[in-house]
Amino acid sequence: MDDIEKRCIEIIAKSKSIPADSITLDTSFDELNIDSLDKINISFEVEEAFKIEIPDDALGSIKTVGDVVRGVHQLRENKPPANATP
Amino acid sequence: MNRVVITGLGCVTPIGNTVDDFRHSLFTGITGIAPIGPFPTAPAGHPGVRFTRMAQVVGFDPIQHMSTGTATATERAAQLGIVAARNAVEHSGLLKAHAPEDTAIILGCSCAGRQAEEPQLANLYLRDARAHPLTVVRTMANAGASHVSIDLGITGPVLTISTACASGTHAIGMAFHMVRSGMVSAAVAGGHDAPLTFGFLRAWDSMRVVSPTLCRPFSADRDGMTLGEGAAMFTLETLESAQSRNATIYAEIVGFGMSADAHHITQPYSDGAAKAIRAALKDANASPSEVGYINAHGTGTQANDSTEAEAIHKALGSDIAPTVPISSTKSLHGHSIGATGAIEALATVLALHHNQLPFTYGTTSVDPTLNLDVITETTRTVDPLRPIALSNSLAFGGLNAVLAFRKVD
Repeated sequence: MDDIEKRCIEIIAKSKSIPADSITLDTSFDELNIDSLDKINISFEVEEAFKIEIPDDALGSIKTVGDVVRGVHQLRENKPPANATP
Repeated sequence: MNRVVITGLGCVTPIGNTVDDFRHSLFTGITGIAPIGPFPTAPAGHPGVRFTRMAQVVGFDPIQHMSTGTATATERAAQLGIVAARNAVEHSGLLKAHAPEDTAIILGCSCAGRQAEEPQLANLYLRDARAHPLTVVRTMANAGASHVSIDLGITGPVLTISTACASGTHAIGMAFHMVRSGMVSAAVAGGHDAPLTFGFLRAWDSMRVVSPTLCRPFSADRDGMTLGEGAAMFTLETLESAQSRNATIYAEIVGFGMSADAHHITQPYSDGAAKAIRAALKDANASPSEVGYINAHGTGTQANDSTEAEAIHKALGSDIAPTVPISSTKSLHGHSIGATGAIEALATVLALHHNQLPFTYGTTSVDPTLNLDVITETTRTVDPLRPIALSNSLAFGGLNAVLAFRKVD
Protein backbone atom coordinates (compact mmCIF):
# COMPACT_ATOMS: atom_id res chain seq x y z
CA MET A 1 0.00 0.00 0.00
CA ASP A 2 1.53 3.32 -1.03
CA ASP A 3 1.25 6.55 0.94
CA ILE A 4 -1.53 7.94 -1.26
CA GLU A 5 -3.65 4.82 -0.83
CA LYS A 6 -3.03 4.81 2.92
CA ARG A 7 -3.96 8.50 3.29
CA CYS A 8 -7.10 8.21 1.13
CA ILE A 9 -8.31 5.24 3.16
CA GLU A 10 -7.61 7.12 6.39
CA ILE A 11 -9.69 10.08 5.18
CA ILE A 12 -12.62 7.88 4.15
CA ALA A 13 -12.43 5.84 7.36
CA LYS A 14 -12.43 8.98 9.50
CA SER A 15 -15.30 10.49 7.56
CA LYS A 16 -17.48 7.43 8.13
CA SER A 17 -16.13 6.55 11.61
CA ILE A 18 -15.14 3.04 10.56
CA PRO A 19 -11.83 1.15 10.92
CA ALA A 20 -9.36 1.78 8.11
CA ASP A 21 -8.60 -1.91 7.83
CA SER A 22 -12.19 -2.56 6.74
CA ILE A 23 -11.57 -0.59 3.54
CA THR A 24 -9.82 -1.82 0.41
CA LEU A 25 -9.37 -0.39 -3.06
CA ASP A 26 -12.32 -2.46 -4.22
CA THR A 27 -14.68 -1.14 -1.55
CA SER A 28 -17.47 0.79 -3.20
CA PHE A 29 -18.94 4.05 -1.96
CA ASP A 30 -22.35 2.35 -1.93
CA GLU A 31 -21.07 -0.31 0.49
CA LEU A 32 -19.87 2.45 2.81
CA ASN A 33 -23.19 4.33 2.55
CA ILE A 34 -21.38 7.39 1.25
CA ASP A 35 -24.07 9.85 0.17
CA SER A 36 -23.64 13.00 -1.89
CA LEU A 37 -22.82 15.13 1.17
CA ASP A 38 -20.23 12.57 2.37
CA LYS A 39 -18.75 12.56 -1.11
CA ILE A 40 -18.12 16.29 -1.28
CA ASN A 41 -16.76 16.21 2.26
CA ILE A 42 -14.32 13.38 1.42
CA SER A 43 -13.34 15.07 -1.84
CA PHE A 44 -12.55 18.28 0.03
CA GLU A 45 -10.38 16.44 2.57
CA VAL A 46 -8.54 14.60 -0.24
CA GLU A 47 -8.00 17.86 -2.12
CA GLU A 48 -6.62 19.51 0.99
CA ALA A 49 -4.37 16.55 1.82
CA PHE A 50 -2.77 16.35 -1.63
CA LYS A 51 -3.08 19.99 -2.73
CA ILE A 52 -5.03 19.03 -5.82
CA GLU A 53 -8.36 20.02 -7.30
CA ILE A 54 -10.72 17.29 -8.42
CA PRO A 55 -12.62 18.47 -11.53
CA ASP A 56 -16.41 18.58 -11.18
CA ASP A 57 -16.94 16.10 -14.00
CA ALA A 58 -14.60 13.60 -12.34
CA LEU A 59 -16.54 13.59 -9.08
CA GLY A 60 -19.50 11.83 -10.64
CA SER A 61 -17.37 8.91 -11.89
CA ILE A 62 -15.94 8.05 -8.46
CA LYS A 63 -17.59 4.82 -7.36
CA THR A 64 -14.90 3.02 -5.36
CA VAL A 65 -12.00 3.78 -3.06
CA GLY A 66 -9.70 2.69 -5.88
CA ASP A 67 -11.20 5.39 -8.12
CA VAL A 68 -10.17 8.00 -5.54
CA VAL A 69 -6.62 6.67 -5.24
CA ARG A 70 -6.12 6.38 -9.01
CA GLY A 71 -7.55 9.87 -9.46
CA VAL A 72 -5.15 11.35 -6.92
CA HIS A 73 -2.17 9.66 -8.61
CA GLN A 74 -3.28 11.00 -11.97
CA LEU A 75 -3.86 14.54 -10.75
CA ARG A 76 -0.51 14.63 -8.96
CA GLU A 77 1.33 13.38 -12.04
CA ASN A 78 -0.32 16.08 -14.15
CA LYS A 79 0.27 18.80 -11.56
CA PRO A 80 3.03 21.25 -12.42
CA PRO A 81 5.79 21.67 -9.81
CA ALA A 82 5.06 24.42 -7.28
CA ASN A 83 7.95 26.56 -8.57
CA ALA A 84 7.08 26.12 -12.25
CA THR A 85 6.86 29.31 -14.27
CA PRO A 86 4.19 29.73 -16.91
CA MET B 1 -59.87 26.68 21.77
CA ASN B 2 -57.75 23.78 22.97
CA ARG B 3 -56.02 23.82 26.32
CA VAL B 4 -52.32 23.13 25.74
CA VAL B 5 -50.07 21.15 28.06
CA ILE B 6 -46.44 20.10 28.23
CA THR B 7 -45.91 16.35 28.27
CA GLY B 8 -42.23 15.95 27.43
CA LEU B 9 -39.00 17.65 28.47
CA GLY B 10 -35.48 17.43 27.13
CA CYS B 11 -32.33 19.44 27.67
CA VAL B 12 -28.60 19.69 27.21
CA THR B 13 -27.35 22.54 29.38
CA PRO B 14 -24.36 23.69 31.44
CA ILE B 15 -26.17 22.45 34.56
CA GLY B 16 -27.20 19.08 33.27
CA ASN B 17 -27.42 17.09 30.06
CA THR B 18 -30.58 15.36 31.30
CA VAL B 19 -33.69 16.85 32.86
CA ASP B 20 -32.98 15.01 36.12
CA ASP B 21 -29.50 16.52 36.38
CA PHE B 22 -30.83 19.95 35.40
CA ARG B 23 -33.51 19.77 38.09
CA HIS B 24 -30.98 18.76 40.74
CA SER B 25 -28.69 21.66 39.88
CA LEU B 26 -31.62 24.07 39.67
CA PHE B 27 -32.98 23.37 43.12
CA THR B 28 -29.69 22.83 44.94
CA GLY B 29 -27.82 25.72 43.31
CA ILE B 30 -25.06 24.03 41.34
CA THR B 31 -23.84 26.52 38.77
CA GLY B 32 -22.49 25.64 35.34
CA ILE B 33 -20.50 28.86 35.17
CA ALA B 34 -16.79 28.03 35.22
CA PRO B 35 -13.45 29.55 34.19
CA ILE B 36 -12.87 29.83 30.45
CA GLY B 37 -10.27 27.39 29.15
CA PRO B 38 -7.87 28.11 26.30
CA PHE B 39 -9.53 28.92 22.97
CA PRO B 40 -8.02 26.89 20.14
CA THR B 41 -9.15 29.46 17.58
CA ALA B 42 -7.69 32.46 19.42
CA PRO B 43 -4.59 34.01 17.82
CA ALA B 44 -1.41 33.15 19.74
CA GLY B 45 -0.52 35.74 22.32
CA HIS B 46 -3.87 37.44 21.98
CA PRO B 47 -5.05 39.18 25.14
CA GLY B 48 -8.40 37.42 24.94
CA VAL B 49 -11.33 38.84 26.85
CA ARG B 50 -11.65 40.77 30.08
CA PHE B 51 -14.06 38.34 31.67
CA THR B 52 -12.95 34.95 32.92
CA ARG B 53 -16.05 32.76 33.07
CA MET B 54 -18.75 31.30 30.88
CA ALA B 55 -21.28 28.46 31.09
CA GLN B 56 -20.41 25.55 28.80
CA VAL B 57 -22.14 22.25 28.20
CA VAL B 58 -19.67 19.57 29.32
CA GLY B 59 -19.49 15.89 28.48
CA PHE B 60 -21.43 16.20 25.23
CA ASP B 61 -20.01 14.07 22.40
CA PRO B 62 -22.23 14.28 19.30
CA ILE B 63 -20.95 10.94 18.00
CA GLN B 64 -22.59 9.26 20.98
CA HIS B 65 -25.96 10.59 19.82
CA MET B 66 -26.02 10.69 16.02
CA SER B 67 -24.51 9.19 12.89
CA THR B 68 -21.11 10.36 11.73
CA GLY B 69 -22.80 11.85 8.67
CA THR B 70 -25.13 13.98 10.78
CA ALA B 71 -22.38 14.95 13.20
CA THR B 72 -20.15 16.01 10.28
CA ALA B 73 -22.88 18.00 8.58
CA THR B 74 -23.95 19.88 11.71
CA GLU B 75 -22.55 22.48 14.07
CA ARG B 76 -22.85 22.38 17.84
CA ALA B 77 -26.05 24.46 18.09
CA ALA B 78 -27.93 21.98 15.90
CA GLN B 79 -26.38 19.00 17.69
CA LEU B 80 -27.54 20.23 21.10
CA GLY B 81 -31.02 20.83 19.67
CA ILE B 82 -31.28 17.40 18.04
CA VAL B 83 -30.48 15.59 21.28
CA ALA B 84 -32.71 17.73 23.51
CA ALA B 85 -35.65 17.41 21.10
CA ARG B 86 -35.21 13.66 20.73
CA ASN B 87 -35.15 13.26 24.51
CA ALA B 88 -38.33 15.31 24.93
CA VAL B 89 -40.18 13.34 22.25
CA GLU B 90 -39.01 9.91 23.41
CA HIS B 91 -39.74 10.82 27.00
CA SER B 92 -43.29 11.94 26.18
CA GLY B 93 -44.25 9.20 23.73
CA LEU B 94 -45.71 12.05 21.65
CA LEU B 95 -45.35 10.41 18.25
CA LYS B 96 -47.17 7.28 19.37
CA ALA B 97 -50.30 9.42 19.66
CA HIS B 98 -49.81 12.16 17.07
CA ALA B 99 -49.25 11.89 13.33
CA PRO B 100 -45.89 13.25 12.15
CA GLU B 101 -47.66 15.30 9.46
CA ASP B 102 -49.87 16.92 12.10
CA THR B 103 -46.97 17.83 14.39
CA ALA B 104 -44.97 21.07 14.23
CA ILE B 105 -41.40 21.88 15.18
CA ILE B 106 -40.84 25.48 16.23
CA LEU B 107 -37.34 26.21 17.49
CA GLY B 108 -35.64 29.38 18.63
CA CYS B 109 -32.02 29.96 17.66
CA SER B 110 -30.05 33.17 17.35
CA CYS B 111 -26.44 32.23 16.60
CA ALA B 112 -26.69 29.03 14.56
CA GLY B 113 -23.55 27.91 12.83
CA ARG B 114 -21.15 30.35 14.44
CA GLN B 115 -18.74 27.64 15.59
CA ALA B 116 -18.53 26.30 12.05
CA GLU B 117 -18.36 29.64 10.31
CA GLU B 118 -15.89 31.56 12.42
CA PRO B 119 -12.83 29.34 11.84
CA GLN B 120 -13.74 29.15 8.14
CA LEU B 121 -13.78 32.92 7.84
CA ALA B 122 -10.49 33.22 9.71
CA ASN B 123 -8.91 30.77 7.25
CA LEU B 124 -10.53 32.52 4.31
CA TYR B 125 -9.41 36.02 5.19
CA LEU B 126 -6.03 35.24 6.74
CA ARG B 127 -4.79 32.33 4.64
CA ASP B 128 -6.89 32.59 1.49
CA ALA B 129 -8.02 29.03 2.25
CA ARG B 130 -10.97 27.35 0.60
CA ALA B 131 -14.28 27.11 2.41
CA HIS B 132 -15.30 23.65 3.57
CA PRO B 133 -18.10 22.29 1.36
CA LEU B 134 -20.32 21.63 4.38
CA THR B 135 -20.10 25.24 5.59
CA VAL B 136 -23.45 26.19 4.08
CA VAL B 137 -25.41 23.34 5.64
CA ARG B 138 -23.63 23.72 8.97
CA THR B 139 -24.32 27.44 9.24
CA MET B 140 -27.84 27.91 7.92
CA ALA B 141 -30.11 29.25 10.65
CA ASN B 142 -32.70 26.51 10.21
CA ALA B 143 -30.18 23.65 10.40
CA GLY B 144 -31.29 22.66 13.89
CA ALA B 145 -35.02 22.61 13.13
CA SER B 146 -34.45 20.74 9.87
CA HIS B 147 -32.26 18.10 11.50
CA VAL B 148 -34.79 17.64 14.30
CA SER B 149 -37.47 17.00 11.66
CA ILE B 150 -35.21 14.49 9.88
CA ASP B 151 -34.23 12.82 13.14
CA LEU B 152 -37.83 12.43 14.33
CA GLY B 153 -39.56 12.02 10.98
CA ILE B 154 -41.86 14.99 11.68
CA THR B 155 -43.33 16.41 8.47
CA GLY B 156 -45.67 19.20 9.66
CA PRO B 157 -44.76 22.91 9.85
CA VAL B 158 -41.09 23.38 10.79
CA LEU B 159 -39.74 26.84 11.58
CA THR B 160 -36.79 28.57 13.17
CA ILE B 161 -37.54 31.78 15.03
CA SER B 162 -34.69 34.19 15.61
CA THR B 163 -35.34 37.00 18.06
CA ALA B 164 -32.00 37.10 19.89
CA CYS B 165 -32.42 36.45 23.62
CA ALA B 166 -36.17 35.83 23.28
CA SER B 167 -35.94 33.23 20.47
CA GLY B 168 -36.73 30.19 22.62
CA THR B 169 -39.65 31.93 24.32
CA HIS B 170 -41.13 33.14 21.05
CA ALA B 171 -40.80 29.60 19.64
CA ILE B 172 -42.67 28.00 22.54
CA GLY B 173 -45.30 30.74 22.41
CA MET B 174 -45.93 30.34 18.69
CA ALA B 175 -46.11 26.55 19.03
CA PHE B 176 -48.56 27.04 21.90
CA HIS B 177 -50.81 29.17 19.71
CA MET B 178 -50.62 26.66 16.86
CA VAL B 179 -51.72 23.76 19.08
CA ARG B 180 -54.32 25.89 20.88
CA SER B 181 -55.93 26.94 17.62
CA GLY B 182 -55.96 23.41 16.25
CA MET B 183 -53.60 24.23 13.38
CA VAL B 184 -51.56 21.20 14.45
CA SER B 185 -52.35 18.50 16.99
CA ALA B 186 -48.93 18.57 18.66
CA ALA B 187 -45.61 20.40 18.59
CA VAL B 188 -41.98 20.13 19.55
CA ALA B 189 -40.78 23.55 20.69
CA GLY B 190 -37.81 25.09 22.44
CA GLY B 191 -34.51 26.80 21.89
CA HIS B 192 -30.92 25.88 21.12
CA ASP B 193 -27.74 27.87 20.68
CA ALA B 194 -23.97 27.42 20.93
CA PRO B 195 -22.44 30.87 20.56
CA LEU B 196 -19.28 30.47 22.66
CA THR B 197 -16.69 31.24 20.01
CA PHE B 198 -13.66 33.45 20.43
CA GLY B 199 -15.11 36.08 18.08
CA PHE B 200 -18.49 36.08 19.80
CA LEU B 201 -16.93 36.45 23.24
CA ARG B 202 -14.77 39.31 21.95
CA ALA B 203 -17.83 41.01 20.49
CA TRP B 204 -19.72 40.80 23.78
CA ASP B 205 -16.64 41.94 25.66
CA SER B 206 -16.60 45.07 23.50
CA MET B 207 -20.17 45.85 24.55
CA ARG B 208 -19.01 45.95 28.18
CA VAL B 209 -22.03 44.08 29.49
CA VAL B 210 -20.34 40.83 30.52
CA SER B 211 -19.53 40.43 34.19
CA PRO B 212 -15.81 40.48 35.00
CA THR B 213 -16.72 38.56 38.16
CA LEU B 214 -19.89 36.44 38.24
CA CYS B 215 -23.45 37.02 37.09
CA ARG B 216 -25.49 38.13 40.15
CA PRO B 217 -29.01 39.03 38.97
CA PHE B 218 -30.87 41.66 41.02
CA SER B 219 -27.88 42.04 43.31
CA ALA B 220 -27.07 45.54 44.52
CA ASP B 221 -23.51 45.06 43.23
CA ARG B 222 -24.39 43.26 39.98
CA ASP B 223 -21.89 43.89 37.22
CA GLY B 224 -23.09 42.07 34.14
CA MET B 225 -24.14 38.86 32.45
CA THR B 226 -22.32 35.58 31.89
CA LEU B 227 -22.60 33.90 28.47
CA GLY B 228 -23.64 30.28 28.00
CA GLU B 229 -24.90 27.67 25.54
CA GLY B 230 -27.40 24.83 25.55
CA ALA B 231 -30.80 23.57 24.47
CA ALA B 232 -34.16 22.89 26.08
CA MET B 233 -37.13 21.33 24.33
CA PHE B 234 -40.76 20.53 25.10
CA THR B 235 -43.56 18.52 23.61
CA LEU B 236 -46.90 20.31 23.46
CA GLU B 237 -50.29 18.73 22.91
CA THR B 238 -53.85 19.32 23.96
CA LEU B 239 -54.97 18.60 27.50
CA GLU B 240 -57.56 16.24 26.06
CA SER B 241 -54.95 14.26 24.15
CA ALA B 242 -52.58 14.08 27.12
CA GLN B 243 -55.32 12.92 29.47
CA SER B 244 -56.68 10.36 27.05
CA ARG B 245 -53.29 8.65 26.79
CA ASN B 246 -52.42 9.09 30.48
CA ALA B 247 -49.34 11.15 29.67
CA THR B 248 -47.44 12.93 32.43
CA ILE B 249 -48.51 16.58 32.38
CA TYR B 250 -45.76 18.90 33.60
CA ALA B 251 -47.69 22.15 33.24
CA GLU B 252 -50.28 23.91 31.17
CA ILE B 253 -49.30 26.85 28.98
CA VAL B 254 -52.07 29.33 29.59
CA GLY B 255 -50.82 32.50 27.97
CA PHE B 256 -48.28 34.09 25.68
CA GLY B 257 -47.59 37.78 25.17
CA MET B 258 -45.16 39.55 22.91
CA SER B 259 -44.28 43.10 22.05
CA ALA B 260 -41.64 45.30 20.46
CA ASP B 261 -40.17 48.33 22.20
CA ALA B 262 -39.66 50.30 18.96
CA HIS B 263 -37.24 52.28 21.05
CA HIS B 264 -33.56 51.28 20.92
CA ILE B 265 -31.53 48.38 19.55
CA THR B 266 -29.93 47.55 22.93
CA GLN B 267 -31.44 49.68 25.70
CA PRO B 268 -34.27 47.86 27.47
CA TYR B 269 -37.53 49.76 27.73
CA SER B 270 -39.96 49.09 30.55
CA ASP B 271 -43.07 50.09 28.60
CA GLY B 272 -42.41 47.41 25.99
CA ALA B 273 -41.62 44.69 28.52
CA ALA B 274 -44.70 45.62 30.58
CA LYS B 275 -46.84 45.37 27.46
CA ALA B 276 -45.68 41.78 26.86
CA ILE B 277 -46.37 40.80 30.50
CA ARG B 278 -49.87 42.31 30.30
CA ALA B 279 -50.47 40.55 27.00
CA ALA B 280 -49.47 37.17 28.47
CA LEU B 281 -51.86 37.66 31.41
CA LYS B 282 -54.66 38.79 29.12
CA ASP B 283 -54.07 35.75 26.88
CA ALA B 284 -54.24 33.57 30.00
CA ASN B 285 -57.39 35.36 31.17
CA ALA B 286 -55.58 35.85 34.50
CA SER B 287 -55.18 38.82 36.82
CA PRO B 288 -51.92 40.10 38.36
CA SER B 289 -53.03 38.81 41.77
CA GLU B 290 -52.83 35.24 40.42
CA VAL B 291 -49.10 35.48 39.62
CA GLY B 292 -47.13 33.44 42.14
CA TYR B 293 -43.73 33.25 40.47
CA ILE B 294 -41.73 35.07 37.83
CA ASN B 295 -38.68 33.55 36.20
CA ALA B 296 -37.09 36.81 35.16
CA HIS B 297 -35.00 37.60 32.13
CA GLY B 298 -32.64 38.76 34.91
CA THR B 299 -29.37 39.03 33.01
CA GLY B 300 -27.48 40.64 35.88
CA THR B 301 -26.73 43.88 34.03
CA GLN B 302 -27.62 47.15 35.73
CA ALA B 303 -29.88 48.17 32.87
CA ASN B 304 -31.82 44.95 32.37
CA ASP B 305 -32.60 44.22 35.98
CA SER B 306 -33.75 47.73 36.86
CA THR B 307 -35.82 48.06 33.68
CA GLU B 308 -37.37 44.61 34.16
CA ALA B 309 -38.29 45.52 37.75
CA GLU B 310 -39.90 48.72 36.49
CA ALA B 311 -41.82 46.75 33.86
CA ILE B 312 -43.10 44.27 36.43
CA HIS B 313 -44.31 47.16 38.57
CA LYS B 314 -46.06 48.73 35.58
CA ALA B 315 -47.69 45.45 34.50
CA LEU B 316 -48.73 44.03 37.86
CA GLY B 317 -49.24 47.23 39.77
CA SER B 318 -47.01 48.56 42.51
CA ASP B 319 -49.17 46.97 45.22
CA ILE B 320 -48.75 43.44 43.82
CA ALA B 321 -45.32 43.55 42.13
CA PRO B 322 -43.25 43.64 45.39
CA THR B 323 -45.12 40.58 46.72
CA VAL B 324 -44.48 38.20 43.79
CA PRO B 325 -41.57 35.78 44.31
CA ILE B 326 -39.09 36.24 41.48
CA SER B 327 -35.76 34.67 40.56
CA SER B 328 -33.31 34.58 37.70
CA THR B 329 -31.68 31.25 36.92
CA LYS B 330 -29.09 32.76 34.55
CA SER B 331 -26.43 32.66 37.27
CA LEU B 332 -26.74 28.85 37.06
CA HIS B 333 -26.96 28.13 33.31
CA GLY B 334 -25.63 31.39 31.89
CA HIS B 335 -27.16 33.46 29.11
CA SER B 336 -27.34 31.19 26.09
CA ILE B 337 -28.98 33.80 23.80
CA GLY B 338 -31.41 31.91 21.53
CA ALA B 339 -31.74 29.00 23.95
CA THR B 340 -32.03 30.87 27.20
CA GLY B 341 -35.78 31.52 27.08
CA ALA B 342 -36.45 27.81 26.62
CA ILE B 343 -34.04 26.85 29.41
CA GLU B 344 -35.79 29.32 31.71
CA ALA B 345 -39.18 27.96 30.63
CA LEU B 346 -37.89 24.53 31.65
CA ALA B 347 -36.91 25.93 35.06
CA THR B 348 -40.39 27.46 35.40
CA VAL B 349 -42.20 24.27 34.41
CA LEU B 350 -40.10 22.19 36.82
CA ALA B 351 -40.79 24.74 39.57
CA LEU B 352 -44.54 24.26 39.15
CA HIS B 353 -44.31 20.48 38.73
CA HIS B 354 -42.13 19.98 41.80
CA ASN B 355 -43.67 22.79 43.86
CA GLN B 356 -40.27 24.39 44.35
CA LEU B 357 -39.28 27.88 43.24
CA PRO B 358 -35.58 28.14 42.31
CA PHE B 359 -33.46 30.78 44.00
CA THR B 360 -31.17 33.33 42.39
CA TYR B 361 -27.78 31.70 42.76
CA GLY B 362 -24.96 34.06 43.76
CA THR B 363 -27.20 36.92 44.86
CA THR B 364 -27.15 37.60 48.57
CA SER B 365 -27.73 41.33 48.82
CA VAL B 366 -30.72 42.34 46.70
CA ASP B 367 -30.83 45.82 45.21
CA PRO B 368 -33.45 47.54 47.42
CA THR B 369 -34.30 50.07 44.71
CA LEU B 370 -35.86 47.29 42.61
CA ASN B 371 -38.59 46.71 45.20
CA LEU B 372 -39.02 43.04 44.26
CA ASP B 373 -39.34 39.86 46.33
CA VAL B 374 -36.22 38.19 44.93
CA ILE B 375 -35.78 34.56 46.00
CA THR B 376 -32.24 34.10 47.30
CA GLU B 377 -30.21 31.42 49.04
CA THR B 378 -32.92 28.75 49.26
CA THR B 379 -35.94 27.55 47.30
CA ARG B 380 -39.54 28.34 48.25
CA THR B 381 -42.82 26.55 47.68
CA VAL B 382 -45.55 27.64 45.28
CA ASP B 383 -48.43 29.66 46.79
CA PRO B 384 -51.53 27.65 45.79
CA LEU B 385 -53.61 30.81 45.76
CA ARG B 386 -51.34 32.30 43.11
CA PRO B 387 -50.95 29.49 40.56
CA ILE B 388 -49.65 31.44 37.53
CA ALA B 389 -45.93 31.43 36.76
CA LEU B 390 -44.42 33.79 34.19
CA SER B 391 -41.20 33.41 32.23
CA ASN B 392 -39.90 36.70 30.82
CA SER B 393 -37.55 37.18 27.88
CA LEU B 394 -36.46 40.69 26.89
CA ALA B 395 -34.22 40.62 23.84
CA PHE B 396 -31.75 42.96 22.19
CA GLY B 397 -33.62 44.66 19.43
CA GLY B 398 -36.41 45.46 21.88
CA LEU B 399 -38.30 42.21 21.30
CA ASN B 400 -40.16 40.91 24.34
CA ALA B 401 -41.84 37.55 24.93
CA VAL B 402 -43.58 36.29 28.07
CA LEU B 403 -45.04 32.84 28.71
CA ALA B 404 -47.63 32.09 31.40
CA PHE B 405 -47.86 28.60 32.90
CA ARG B 406 -49.92 26.92 35.57
CA LYS B 407 -50.01 23.49 37.12
CA VAL B 408 -52.78 21.12 36.02
CA ASP B 409 -54.42 19.54 39.05
